[in-house]
Amino acid sequence: MAGIHISEVSKIYTGGVKAVSSVSIDIVDGEFIVLVGPSGCGKSTLLRMVAGLEAISAGEVKIAGRVVNQIEPAERDIAMVFQNYALYPHMTVYNNLAYGLKNRGTPKAEIDARVAEAARMLEITQYLERKPRQLSGGQRQRVAMGRAIVRKPAAFLFDEPLSNLDAKLRVSMRGEIKRLQRRLGTTSIYVTHDQLEAMTLADRLVVLNGGQIEQIGAPLEVYHAPASTFVASFIGSPAMNLVKGELHGDKLAIGPAMVALNGFAPTSGSVTVGVRAEDLRIARDDEEALPFRLEYTEELGAQRLIHGTVGDQQITAAVSPEIALSPDMRIAVDAKRLHFFSIETGKRLPGNVPAEAKLAPVEPVI
Amino acid sequence: MDTKRTTFNNRLLPYLLLAPQLAITLVFFIWPAAQAVKSSFEREDPFGFSTVFVGLTHYRQLFADPNYLDALWRTAVFAVSVTALSMLLGLAFAAAVDRLARSAKIYTTLLVWPYAVAPVVAGVLWWFLFNTSTGLLPFFLERLGIRWDHDLNGTHAMILIIIAAAWKQISYNFLFFLAGLQSVPQSLIEAAAIDGSGPVRRFFTISLPLLSPTTFFLFIINVNYTMFDTFPIVDATTGGGPAQATTTLVYKVYQDGYVGLNIGSSSAQSVLLMLIVMLLTFVQFRFVERRVQY
Repeated sequence: MAGIHISEVSKIYTGGVKAVSSVSIDIVDGEFIVLVGPSGCGKSTLLRMVAGLEAISAGEVKIAGRVVNQIEPAERDIAMVFQNYALYPHMTVYNNLAYGLKNRGTPKAEIDARVAEAARMLEITQYLERKPRQLSGGQRQRVAMGRAIVRKPAAFLFDEPLSNLDAKLRVSMRGEIKRLQRRLGTTSIYVTHDQLEAMTLADRLVVLNGGQIEQIGAPLEVYHAPASTFVASFIGSPAMNLVKGELHGDKLAIGPAMVALNGFAPTSGSVTVGVRAEDLRIARDDEEALPFRLEYTEELGAQRLIHGTVGDQQITAAVSPEIALSPDMRIAVDAKRLHFFSIETGKRLPGNVPAEAKLAPVEPVI
Repeated sequence: MDTKRTTFNNRLLPYLLLAPQLAITLVFFIWPAAQAVKSSFEREDPFGFSTVFVGLTHYRQLFADPNYLDALWRTAVFAVSVTALSMLLGLAFAAAVDRLARSAKIYTTLLVWPYAVAPVVAGVLWWFLFNTSTGLLPFFLERLGIRWDHDLNGTHAMILIIIAAAWKQISYNFLFFLAGLQSVPQSLIEAAAIDGSGPVRRFFTISLPLLSPTTFFLFIINVNYTMFDTFPIVDATTGGGPAQATTTLVYKVYQDGYVGLNIGSSSAQSVLLMLIVMLLTFVQFRFVERRVQY
């Protein structure tokens, strides 16, 4: 059990390519941190630096208060779950779980007890004598988890552990990982490119882009108050609509339409305006609205996504499937649901945080 | 496996396409082999005027001949030594090169070179190095109190051909072991490192077991190599001597057949040699392969 402190950590490859630049994250004991970002954003590199599989070019990583920069992976008191599971193919499940303990000279009786406990927790007891190739993807995943938990490490590191599973299994394993982590209370860092996985698992999300942190925050904070256009378009599905707008006093012009902001305008001039698909609705006849030209629809069952244009800008709205559609519609949005970003930097403009961001994150229930 | 099936419109064409390979196999392998089997049952006078069918006489004589039984034992020693030496060194070099990042290519190239050397040249090379009067190695061995003389000392002669034969084969084994090591997934090595396993322990508990298919394959290839392909090395260095101390089975086939002109016995020996290799390969596939799967 331990906190992990990552301060000003960089990874610079020979030739000067910066994979990770000056990243700082403070992870408290027992916290579940998810590093999320598109491929090549440096999230795996960061994780591997914490694990000791990559040298740290600059900065400092502390695990349980001890600087581990120069310490071998084996001595860092961490366990890692790999994307391809990395199970030893020539060993039985039992030996896969016991390998790390044997290497550390754990007495046989204790190895047996710990393996049995982990196997019971993961419901793989009946497979202990099998080889990995005789197991299904989900079972292999469990064995990989088992190998991490038998060692009772200070921290778990997960490197996209679910991306080799099919969609259905991924959802159920996701739940299991969360449950297991809560039960063991072990500090965890989890790397994924899947924003849904990130949202559902994390106590706090770290959104990375181009080797830099875009935002750190609880999933709902990040969802409701994205710090930049990158985060806005990366977190949430469908991606947040981002359109060009013009602020005139308390009015916002989007293409041909004007929307009254009722005091929510953070600045004036050109801005990037963000609005979530579910915050758009079909306008009543008597209110200000955006003229929407329908192009095509996507059915999600509970919702219907309508794609089209306002002026010459693409907009997607999520509406109830019961609403009648026509080629030309009028859509509206509450001013407090709008997000404003700087055109130049893409950063969120301060001064307006939608009410939902102040919702407390749901306390975990075990 | 997903192989593409090609359909020929002309029924003759596939046979025509296969013909060259079949002809070569037939003329250079099947026919001589059949000839060898046939003449092992016959006795021919030295001038080739008359041939008599003698049944299993040659085989009976061979197993009663202490010279043949000695050669059999010697070949076993030779094969085991060459295989063990060349595989161990090949593996050691492969493990060393596998740890290198940038210079690996240079070392690989250099280590593969001996394979391009003709066996006779390899033999002569070592013969010079071990030359009793002018060689470099006897000079140093002398200081250690060893009087090297492969012209008179049978054990020394055997060591000479073992080293020469193994040296040539190291390259081959090295290349296969290196390929094998490089195909061990990096994540397995990393997982083992996190599991508290040091480089040496990782090598023996992870890499080596995963190399077992390669090891098995090389074992068969090396045994076959020492049984058949080491003739030029023996011929160029010791010529089977001294006092037949380095006359292996394949060399004896040559000596009895081409030098002694005892075609019948020589044929019987080559048939036996063929049977031994077939048996070994069969045993290896049957019993060893079962244990290399994972």
